[in-house]
Amino acid sequence: MIDLRDKRRAARRGNALIAISFLVAFLLTALPLPTWMVPWRPLWVLTVLIYWCIALPERVGVFVALALGLLLDVYEGTLLGRNSLGLIVVTYIAHRHHLKLRVCPFVQQSLFVFSLALLYLLILLLVEWLLGIPPVTARYWLPAVSSMLLWPWLFVILRDARRRFFPSRYA
Amino acid sequence: MQRPKITTNRLLAAICLCLGLMVMDHRYGHLESTRTYLSGLVYPLQATFNVPLQYLDRLMEQLQARRAILEENDRLRRENLKVGASLQRYEAVAAENERLRELLESSYRIKEQVLLAEMVSIDLQAHSHRLVVNKGSREGVYVGQPVVDAHGVMGQVLHVGPFSSSVLMLTDPRHALPVSVTRTGLRAIATGTGRRDELQLEYLSSESDVRKNDLVVSSGLGDRFPAGYPVGKVARVEQGKDGSSPRIIVTPSAQVEYSVEFLLVDPRDRI
Repeated sequence: MIDLRDKRRAARRGNALIAISFLVAFLLTALPLPTWMVPWRPLWVLTVLIYWCIALPERVGVFVALALGLLLDVYEGTLLGRNSLGLIVVTYIAHRHHLKLRVCPFVQQSLFVFSLALLYLLILLLVEWLLGIPPVTARYWLPAVSSMLLWPWLFVILRDARRRFFPSRYA
Repeated sequence: MQRPKITTNRLLAAICLCLGLMVMDHRYGHLESTRTYLSGLVYPLQATFNVPLQYLDRLMEQLQARRAILEENDRLRRENLKVGASLQRYEAVAAENERLRELLESSYRIKEQVLLAEMVSIDLQAHSHRLVVNKGSREGVYVGQPVVDAHGVMGQVLHVGPFSSSVLMLTDPRHALPVSVTRTGLRAIATGTGRRDELQLEYLSSESDVRKNDLVVSSGLGDRFPAGYPVGKVARVEQGKDGSSPRIIVTPSAQVEYSVEFLLVDPRDRI
């Protein structure tokens, strides 16, 4: 009985941690950067989402991705549902491979994140393309590179936070 | 151990929902109120970094040495005098212009309501030419409202939230603006090219008389932009092959990459 109550409390704390991590990701998305750094802005929400898909796939699913995507669309003033579509597809793929990814070395994980980020950008581009002519330059793909480089640090920080607030036996 | 909440059904449901949203948003614009609520929700996040930065700026200004301020004051007074003098000339010309127009019996007013807005964010995505400003429906901003900066036309309002609105810049490929060339009065449409420093003039024939450094201003056709705001200068004219229309590249007057303060013009209040 006591064990069950503990479990529930831990789950609540876990949800709070997930919410806070996304809040920080949104804040970082709006962080003003010097002009030369702008094309390199990592896809914060996407990388945090991939982390939770790997670590706690039973808590963060496609509908969470849908909601996050909608907020991101409003944030950027773009078509509602555009970011959602990208995030949903990425979530699905990350879920399919989460057990393999947990035991992969950082290099392979980063490459996986890179390819997911490319896929996400490609989906956004396809939607743009359906609406009109998208201005595509090589700069468009840079966020995938920076997200890949960011990944190991993000993984370590979020893992430590998760272990502190959310003991793995309740996961 | 719970199983991950993922099935193909859920994926398909989410994707269908998404596609439905996109179609509804794009085709019918049913979701404008949803967007308005959500943008009220996320505005605090967007403003988190900008508000402290603005206060920091103000603090730095206050801490500036008194002498620098006095010097600046002096310089500004001299400049003001100069500007005042040229303004008098301008006023004389404007008065003359209005007299002449009255003679021509055309209605023309340059009095418009303006609203000063500051940029909240521009650089969410490096390739999209949009920005978010800190004025929304509470201040009477409406969709399609023209936005100008100190140098020229900047774009128009795309979505309105309660406290903020997003602006489509005139360099976005989806933006088109009726313009005229001041030297000849020739009318054209200026569309964005997706590059921050280039616009393109469309619907011109190969015989059109357009030269380098011609000034391009908004023509006021289409009832959205008031006439006479500078749009840009012709940077180059690339002749098309054998009678096909020439490619005319215009450099925007507005400082698309640098401006942080804008005027939202309300031409509806024209008398």
